[in-house]
Amino acid sequence: MSHEMSDEKLPESHGSEGHEVAVHGDPFADPGLPAHGPRRTDIDERAAKRAERQVSLLFIVSMLATVGFIASYVAIDIDKIVYIFPLGHVSALNFALGMTLGVALFCIGAGAVHWARTLMSDHEIPADRHPIEADDELRADVIEQFQTGAAESGFGRRKMLRNTLIGSMALVPLSGVVLLRDLGPLPEDKLAHTGWELATPAKPLKLINMNTNEPMKPEDIVTGSLTFAKPEGLEEDQEIFQEQIAKDALMIIRIAPEDLKDKTSAELGFEGILAYSKICTHVGCPISLYEQQTHHALCPCHQSTFDLADGARVIFGPAGHPLPQLKITTDEKGFLVATGDFQEPVGPSYWERP
Amino acid sequence: MSTANNATSGASKPASTRAKPANKFEAAADWTDGRLGIYTLAKSNLRKIFPDHWSFMLGEICLYTFIIIILTGVYLTLFFKPSMAETVYHGTYAPLNGIRMSEAYASTMDISFEVRGGLLIRQIHHWAAIVFVAAMLVHMMRVFFTGAFRKPREINWLFGAGLLFLGMFDGFMGYSLPDDLLSGTGIRFMEGAILAVPLVGTYLQFFLYGGQFPGTDIVPRFFTIHVLLIPGIMLGLLVAHLILVFYHKHTQFAGPGRTEKNVVGMPLMPVYMAKAGGFFFLVFGVIAAASAIATVNPIWAYGPYRPDQVSTDAQPDWYMGFSEGLIRVMPGWEIRAWGHTLNMGVFVPLMVFPLVLMAIWVYPFLEAWVTGDKREHHIADRPRNAPVRTGFGAAWISLYVLLLLGGGNDLLATHLHLSINTITYFVRVGFFVVPVLTFFITKRWCLGLQRRDKDKVLHGRESGIIKRLPHGEFVEIHEQLPQDKLYKLTAHEQPQPIELPAEVDENGVALKAGRLAKARAKLSGAFYGEGAQIAKPTAEEHHEITSGHGHH
Ligand code: FES
Repeated sequence: MSHEMSDEKLPESHGSEGHEVAVHGDPFADPGLPAHGPRRTDIDERAAKRAERQVSLLFIVSMLATVGFIASYVAIDIDKIVYIFPLGHVSALNFALGMTLGVALFCIGAGAVHWARTLMSDHEIPADRHPIEADDELRADVIEQFQTGAAESGFGRRKMLRNTLIGSMALVPLSGVVLLRDLGPLPEDKLAHTGWELATPAKPLKLINMNTNEPMKPEDIVTGSLTFAKPEGLEEDQEIFQEQIAKDALMIIRIAPEDLKDKTSAELGFEGILAYSKICTHVGCPISLYEQQTHHALCPCHQSTFDLADGARVIFGPAGHPLPQLKITTDEKGFLVATGDFQEPVGPSYWERP
Repeated sequence: MSTANNATSGASKPASTRAKPANKFEAAADWTDGRLGIYTLAKSNLRKIFPDHWSFMLGEICLYTFIIIILTGVYLTLFFKPSMAETVYHGTYAPLNGIRMSEAYASTMDISFEVRGGLLIRQIHHWAAIVFVAAMLVHMMRVFFTGAFRKPREINWLFGAGLLFLGMFDGFMGYSLPDDLLSGTGIRFMEGAILAVPLVGTYLQFFLYGGQFPGTDIVPRFFTIHVLLIPGIMLGLLVAHLILVFYHKHTQFAGPGRTEKNVVGMPLMPVYMAKAGGFFFLVFGVIAAASAIATVNPIWAYGPYRPDQVSTDAQPDWYMGFSEGLIRVMPGWEIRAWGHTLNMGVFVPLMVFPLVLMAIWVYPFLEAWVTGDKREHHIADRPRNAPVRTGFGAAWISLYVLLLLGGGNDLLATHLHLSINTITYFVRVGFFVVPVLTFFITKRWCLGLQRRDKDKVLHGRESGIIKRLPHGEFVEIHEQLPQDKLYKLTAHEQPQPIELPAEVDENGVALKAGRLAKARAKLSGAFYGEGAQIAKPTAEEHHEITSGHGHH
């Protein structure tokens, strides 16, 4: 393709290059580098001396600040909290160390810059640029050398050799990819199950209140309240706790039966008590904000909003599907229990999710 | 007789044919030169010319904050335990006493409360990282708006943008290491995002996390990537970036005596060394003081991570805010078919995020292709003289800022008493509208400035002196600009657009003008055509006007 910009489309460089005298009659010609004017410190020795003292003073302040840093490190107790006006209560040690270090560094910098600006030469000097591209002769030379080398290798002539080399080079990085396999186990259907799968109608699992660590009875749960729960048998000091709670956490609410809009949802609950997954179906934040009046639950991460009275339907925000609901009932002693796992996977959606 | 290369000979017997050094310093330099050849290296570099412009300090800030991050980072690794093993906290921070947490979190607490100066270094590390990314972004904008990315500097543009992406990514990783409630939320976010990838998402997630979320592998793995892998690559890129800057030399703005073929400025030694070296200390000093005053990421206030808890003001560092904005404003579309789920609500933002970055990354090549300009450029454009490019840059920034606002919609809502839903709807529409509007406004603005320049050149500048003419009219005297100003305002070039390739050749045979060639001619017209630049004043115009009365 040779639709390159033709030269006549490009403006000619007008004016002069470098230091030629401005073309007579061209008001826009380059007048060349302006004459260099001296600074105050260049002509007045007193001003120069003053600048020198200022620079030294800055360096001395820096020295003092470093001494202050060391003194603070030794003298100030790490637990000491002080009140400093606009900042409020801060760690005295952190404040002292940071300020002294800041001053020590800043003054070196300020001194050096001041020195450069007042006492070092400010004479601007032009230097030539050279084109990055090599000239044609050099180019031809290198290309010829390369071609000689290529011909000697026989790379172009021996096709089989070349093709098998390319093939082996293309395949060998695969070993690296394969080696990554043992980074983790395979997903299988693990994402589709939670700790509640241990519950069966014959052996139900109690819902344990997160705050009190006690099983719950329907009469403890007031209409409009929000409680968090976990499955019976899951304790904080167990090794699997973090991984389990990331999927098992429940949000228990009680809604007056006449307010319930979704029949299936109401049936999964018990007398208006509903147990939803606490894990947002967007990317998995725990949902924590509940509005009694509207029965809306809001995820603080990206504001997905679910209507808990209507089967946790998404009414706003980026979540793609409702919160899964856990079927609950009561056991013979009257405690709230689950008799099986969630109907669908908890948490963010993924490709294999049905 | 061997006179050269006899290193064992004493001072009385010359070691080489070189004359005796005048003092200790020269002797040391000679010794080093004999081994490393430093004289040849220093010859053209000691007094190498650096042009001066305030905006060059932006790149310097990037370099210096990077150095600060590495220095403080090494310190932090001496105390940090990258482990998710559970432990119970018994430290000086009373509110968390007896709480279960990971060793990563506990050791970060120790750094903050038990190690003297540890909190300060942690704060400097974090503040420097924030400034680092900000400086890279602004530095990149400076290069963009002045066209300094053009040939021969395109490759350095790629290196620089690569540094920005890696810096953002490494910042996110570092932020995730302490395993506090906020960073855990970020890691959870990442899990959801990876799961949204079709086909391989679940596999990627299980391999990265070593199993189900959260697992116990993610912090040690992130640690290695954060302190070793990414910084290593960045260091390499940075060195390459600087070598190229040195090799190409800086760009400079047009001005008297400054041409495409020279570079005007001050020598490396001593002025530039003193200024640049001094500036490092200024930056370090300011960041140290800021770290003493303003707390960033107070992990003790968030508490250790628990997957069933969350803090309400969950916010990433600002540079990730734009991805956060994308994820917040995307509607929750989910496609379910044949037993599979495609999570568009997460996957689309996940794809748009790199695309927005890529757009800026490939821009130099796009512009070069459209304009067909194959020359080297060393004179920086004034942004107004490249209205289309400036418009693009502004549009890009407006999108960035808009998404940043979208990412902080909860903070905006609580601070300004707005409805979150309204902000979200606004950002959704704005995503498509705001960049376009910004583009056109910026372009017009640039043209306006060009017109004003033209005016100044032809009619001079307003002197503030009012003159009364004999017949009673008042006029303001316009003063001719001095020649250096005239030169500055007219030095830029104004290329003409590429013409559409002819449809028939000279023999009347229809030529197939490729679709691509047509598109290119169109784009080139948009870039340099009538609507995109104001014709520069010519010498004749100037002559005609100035030969008159000198006013008006
Ligand atoms: S995780 Fe809940 S809205 Fe994103």
